[in-house]
Amino acid sequence: MTRFLNDSALERLREAADSPELTGTRYRLVDKLGQGGMGGVYCVEDTELERRVALKVISVPDPDGACTVRLLQEARIIARLEHPGIVPVHDAGVLPDGRPYYTMKLVQGKRLDEHVESIASLSDRLRLFLRICDAVAFAHAHGVLHRDLKPANIMIGPFGEVLVMDWGLSKVLGPSPANDIPIGHADSGAATENRTMLTAHGTIVGTPGYMSPEQIRGDASLDQRSDIYSLGAILQFLITGNAEAIAKPLSAIRVRAMAENPETRYQTVSQLSTDVAHFLDGLAVSAYPESTMVRAWRWVLRNRTWILLLLAYLLTRTLLIFFRPR
Amino acid sequence: MADDTSIGGARHQFPSTHWSLIEGTRSAHAEERQRALDTLIRAYWKPVYKYIRLHWKKENEPAKDLTQEFFVRLLDKGLLDRFDPARARLRTYIRVCVDGLVMNEDKAAHRMKRGGDGVLLPLDFQSAEGELIDLPVVAAEDDPEKLFAREFARSVFGIALERVRRECDEKGKGLHFELLELYDIEEGGKELTYEEVARRFAIKPTDVTNYLAYARREFRRVVLEELRAMTETEDEFRREALALLGVRL
Repeated sequence: MTRFLNDSALERLREAADSPELTGTRYRLVDKLGQGGMGGVYCVEDTELERRVALKVISVPDPDGACTVRLLQEARIIARLEHPGIVPVHDAGVLPDGRPYYTMKLVQGKRLDEHVESIASLSDRLRLFLRICDAVAFAHAHGVLHRDLKPANIMIGPFGEVLVMDWGLSKVLGPSPANDIPIGHADSGAATENRTMLTAHGTIVGTPGYMSPEQIRGDASLDQRSDIYSLGAILQFLITGNAEAIAKPLSAIRVRAMAENPETRYQTVSQLSTDVAHFLDGLAVSAYPESTMVRAWRWVLRNRTWILLLLAYLLTRTLLIFFRPR
Repeated sequence: MADDTSIGGARHQFPSTHWSLIEGTRSAHAEERQRALDTLIRAYWKPVYKYIRLHWKKENEPAKDLTQEFFVRLLDKGLLDRFDPARARLRTYIRVCVDGLVMNEDKAAHRMKRGGDGVLLPLDFQSAEGELIDLPVVAAEDDPEKLFAREFARSVFGIALERVRRECDEKGKGLHFELLELYDIEEGGKELTYEEVARRFAIKPTDVTNYLAYARREFRRVVLEELRAMTETEDEFRREALALLGVRL
């Protein structure tokens, strides 16, 4: 007589049967780390190098091969982005069970949405935000859009490393073949078609609350300003509930980053990060036009040491004039 | 990999020979025919019964009659002869046939009351009825295809587990299967660390990893073999593996 399996046992068995088949590979399964939109991520041991790495493999039905194409695309995009703020890919291939996979650095840390409470000061949060901006700006400079930037996709490592994760929805910008990434075994023409198809399908388009209005509409011509909107939403997440964050310039930075119209947003990530850095340094920010009085007061505040020294000097001279023995 | 088969695995993992279930049911050899029918009934009778109970909301007695009637028709009235693998998967075809039977329920019930063909299959309805208690309530708008697929998956997984248990016992690997039961079937098993399990069974934590990996691999292999036996074409086999396991072969 067969044993009755309830729904949760059924799901666990499905997951177990879905574990990557690693026989004959250099990897040994240690544990499952998580489940993404199309793939599972496992902790595996690289038996040759004797270290643990993360292995991502497709774990959802993929009848038309779209997920396979996307996984390989993701691996190749990350491999192209060698930056301290982007998790490095080590290896990619096909498992003995026929599923494509790639391995990457095992990041032991916390997601930003789980870690944020432990960052008390606004300046620390903004400095962390600048490091996220650095990684995204680097990707943009290499013609890559992330398209799913959100706190859950930012990892904070045990030594304070900031890593932008999950490039599964990323897209290569630009029509130039040199900028394009071949997907799977297709040629570049097919690659473009696949990418468009995947976007047009709308099966995975991003995360509500962090997607730009044009991404929600499903615009095919997204550019880096869409990521800038998401960065604005992350900035909002970081400053919400912080009393210092009511500073008008900082609020203006967020508003400009999250403008409905891409034309009125920051046009590059470096413009956004420059404004945040200026705010941290007490300088004027481009998103917040100031009156002459405010600008003068800001100048005074910035140069207060010199001004105080000058005033002290003038006061001393004045006193000397009045009280000099005749 | 030179040893790979066309279904995406090392040659030893998935046998490439394909035994056709439908052809088996039409075989001139009684033994072959019986084997095919046994396979079919073993995998499908519980999904059919539960589907009639849950989707068609039939009481258990009418559901038992309809299940018996369905398989009697399947065996004697040549329902399988009309199955075309190019048009649908076998699972879907069987569900649609069940729908047709239930929609003509009055006539079918009447025939059964008259005695029908007098053939009753030895199906353990009591166990199937007991399992229904643990199943979630099905809303009227629930997709019947999904419901039937879920029950089919439950049936196939149950059959596969029994086979893995038997094979592990035969190979002296009973502990491997126990670990699979502990981690993947019993509630709360996943909460245990490998170290805790290793202490409980007086083995090394690395053995827990290896034994569990073995049992899971065997479970996957057996599920795929069972699926292969229950499907008609390579394409259908792949689609069922996708639907049930989420694996791309």
